[in-house]
Amino acid sequence: MARSVSTQRKALNTVLAWSVGLLIFFPILWTILTSFKTEAQAIASPPIFLAFDWTLENYAVVQERSNYMRFLTNSIIIAGGSTILGILVAVPAAWSMAFVPSKRTKDILLWMLSTKMLPAVGVLYPIYLLSIQLGVLDNRLALVVILMLINLPIIVWMLYTYFKEIPVEILEASRMDGASLKDEILYVLTPMAIPGIASTLLLNFILAWNEAFWTLNLTSVDAAPLTAFIASYSSPEGLFFAKLSAASTMAIAPILIMGWFSQKQLVRGLTFGAVK
Amino acid sequence: MATQHSRSAARMMMAPAVFLLLVWMLVPLSMTLWFSFRNYLPLRGGDLGFAGFDNYVRFVSSSAFWPSILTTLLIVGGALLISIVFGVLLAVLLDQPLWGQGVVRILVIAPFFVMPTVSALVWKNMFMDPVNGLFAHLWRFFGADPVVWLTDASIFSIVVIVSWQWLPFAALILLTAIQSLDSEQLEAAEMDGAGPLSRFAFITLPHLSRAITIVILIQTIFLLAVFAEIFVTTGGAFGTRTLTYLIYQRVLESQNVGLGSAGGVYAIILANIIALFLMRIVGNNLDK
Repeated sequence: MARSVSTQRKALNTVLAWSVGLLIFFPILWTILTSFKTEAQAIASPPIFLAFDWTLENYAVVQERSNYMRFLTNSIIIAGGSTILGILVAVPAAWSMAFVPSKRTKDILLWMLSTKMLPAVGVLYPIYLLSIQLGVLDNRLALVVILMLINLPIIVWMLYTYFKEIPVEILEASRMDGASLKDEILYVLTPMAIPGIASTLLLNFILAWNEAFWTLNLTSVDAAPLTAFIASYSSPEGLFFAKLSAASTMAIAPILIMGWFSQKQLVRGLTFGAVK
Repeated sequence: MATQHSRSAARMMMAPAVFLLLVWMLVPLSMTLWFSFRNYLPLRGGDLGFAGFDNYVRFVSSSAFWPSILTTLLIVGGALLISIVFGVLLAVLLDQPLWGQGVVRILVIAPFFVMPTVSALVWKNMFMDPVNGLFAHLWRFFGADPVVWLTDASIFSIVVIVSWQWLPFAALILLTAIQSLDSEQLEAAEMDGAGPLSRFAFITLPHLSRAITIVILIQTIFLLAVFAEIFVTTGGAFGTRTLTYLIYQRVLESQNVGLGSAGGVYAIILANIIALFLMRIVGNNLDK
């Protein structure tokens, strides 16, 4: 930027921006802090910010009482499984749309996007009924498939926009050198596409991890992921702020860290490339 | 350059994705459509035959319908207004030269990654609880009576929770759009004597119009489907029953599948009207 800005102005901007940023982040910060308090300190009046006796007790209690590991495992299986499955289905589709486009490619892409717009509640009962009849209610595999289908349009779109940026000349050169279709995909395309695939993976893992309509409605015990684990805290018994905070921190920590790495891809993925 | 061979290979590679999405769309959709014309009560006799348009008429004429539409509009409209207005301001602020911009970005985007059940519970208990919540402490500090947020200001509270989750997304998109603005244009305007306000109104804002439209459309689709935030806070009580929640209650709580399915069809039509606009914008983008 060519314009010179006075230090004073920059300092003012900095103070303002940091204040707003901390204000927005505050609920998360407060949750994390509260998770290290005792229950009595968590509801102390006036509230205690930092000068409390830091304890890890809440984490131990949460872990002991509600078998956090099982929910965590379910979340990892459901979010990870649906994302990997989605990538496996989407890579060939996005590859063919990006490199062998036909007249209908754009229509197909837009149609895929339109399935994403289908309100879940409109098809809640059919999916619920089918799950019962197929005996897959509260089943992890069923959720893996459903979340894969929900995110598939976004995965295809993201991969498509990444693949589009790979120069076609490189592919043509490899073809002239006699590379087969398999070689072309395996040795030429894949290495160049890995960063794009990685960020698609990251973003869709986050979306699947936080999905809270199907995971709440189609699970009860066996397949219940962290969204359901947290929802079970909606009817409090006695003092529980610190434990709620510990449980919340445990549910969001892994995804928050992943999210910070993929914030740029977020815009690209969720706007379907329409804002760059 | 595409040979006949690679064309048919391409079609085959596309087939699984297209097939899966086609099944995912058509099977449940046609079932919903079918149920919506049936008198279907799974716990009270099952499928009691053809109902014509009864379900459609009953869904709309029920006393819960119009309030649910109003609630939906208030929540969607309120959250949109907050995230657009503050999103633009935040994006402009973050675009200014400042120290630690990357860290501020990380702070601002964080709420978007918090799962809806967590953010709803954290707000409900730690902030809005009328006895121990932070707001109650704050109100008492200033000598006021604490507000029972989720009962007395229920819709406003839900809007606050939902906006907190979506403002970061809007701000991030708008910031990305602002950063693509040619700074020479702003400098030229500045040299021509345009003040900061008119530079914002005549250059920045028009440049953002497209990004704002996208934010509105995408958020509307997600906001219409808001579920967990209501599920774990009020359970649809105190006037927070949205169209989505009303359908959910008809289908799973009162097990009136015919009626709920008719509601579902309404929701699908509504979402499609919005989606149509979104697709037009995204579609135009593909041609470039």
